[in-house]
Amino acid sequence: MGILSSSASITQYHVEGKLQEPILETVAKGLKKQAVKEIDNETSDEEIGWSCFNDPFSIDFDRSPFLIGTYLVFSMRIDKKSIPSKIIQKHYTLEIKKKLENSGREFLSKTEKKEIKDHVIHILNLRIPATPNVYDLIWKYEANTLWFFSNLKGANEELETLFTKSFNLKLIRLFPYTMAALTSTLSDMEKDAISQLTPTRLTE
Amino acid sequence: MTWLWFTIDTNQHFFSTMDETITSLYVGNRIVLENSINDASEIITIKGDDAGLEEGLLSLRKGAVVIEMNLSYKTENQEWKFTLKGESLSFSSLKIPETGPVETKDDIEGIMLEKAYLYEKAVDVINLLFNAFLKIRSTVVWNEKTVPKIKKWVQA
Repeated sequence: MGILSSSASITQYHVEGKLQEPILETVAKGLKKQAVKEIDNETSDEEIGWSCFNDPFSIDFDRSPFLIGTYLVFSMRIDKKSIPSKIIQKHYTLEIKKKLENSGREFLSKTEKKEIKDHVIHILNLRIPATPNVYDLIWKYEANTLWFFSNLKGANEELETLFTKSFNLKLIRLFPYTMAALTSTLSDMEKDAISQLTPTRLTE
Repeated sequence: MTWLWFTIDTNQHFFSTMDETITSLYVGNRIVLENSINDASEIITIKGDDAGLEEGLLSLRKGAVVIEMNLSYKTENQEWKFTLKGESLSFSSLKIPETGPVETKDDIEGIMLEKAYLYEKAVDVINLLFNAFLKIRSTVVWNEKTVPKIKKWVQA
């Protein structure tokens, strides 16, 4: 569910820090440095990186501009291969059988079994395509604000890590406590008062 | 969130004093309450387009608080619908007023800007209300005026 979807989810962030000038070049550099890589036909089982807004299978940030109006707009893509455990079990059993037949032995050691399992997963990862998940974001640079179009815990955590790696800026998730401390219009005295509060009982 | 429900139910005028473009703000088709007694937690969910909220009020009387609410926010000719979680103030199922269709690739940037403007309206309203709540909550007005009124509303 992204920016153009009929129904969206939004998690708000506060961006701490400023980019090195010229800003657009620094953003482009960060996006290219951490652009998503294709892992189909590769042994990795997961890849996380940036892709172009509304063209999530492109990382050509020069052809698909990430500056729209005053907003910086791009997507985070998480590609993941998930091999059903029954498929792993099937190939693992077949490999064990083959090894026992070839060696003429009756048992394999724990280490050998682990090596076979790793090898099976490695081979299956090469054959299985990754499932992509795309999450859009809008970054209002001047306002130090970012909207991430997902509330999924895992996706939000990956965003926080990837963003810091790419732009060397800290993303602070906004929820009531951080909103009161960072983005509210409260005076310092009011903020102090808020931090001392305890929940109110609304029943007698 | 409980304060927001109370304000929705008793003082619609409050919203237009915050932002004069708001014509109404109502509880939509879902409200979730939580009642924590000792270490146990009871979750009460009321959902459905025509669901009455009496059970919700009854839960409030038993000490529950609102933890999630679906809201409908209207201006003169537009409507936003979304679910807000009290814990995170994050938006889900956010439906903004309809924008033009994307027919060609060139339309995308224009539609994106239109949608961003409409998302911003919903986000701004909630941020504005949260700020208003903080202002009330951080002063003596909360204990002296607001809490007695909420208690009276809950028991009514």
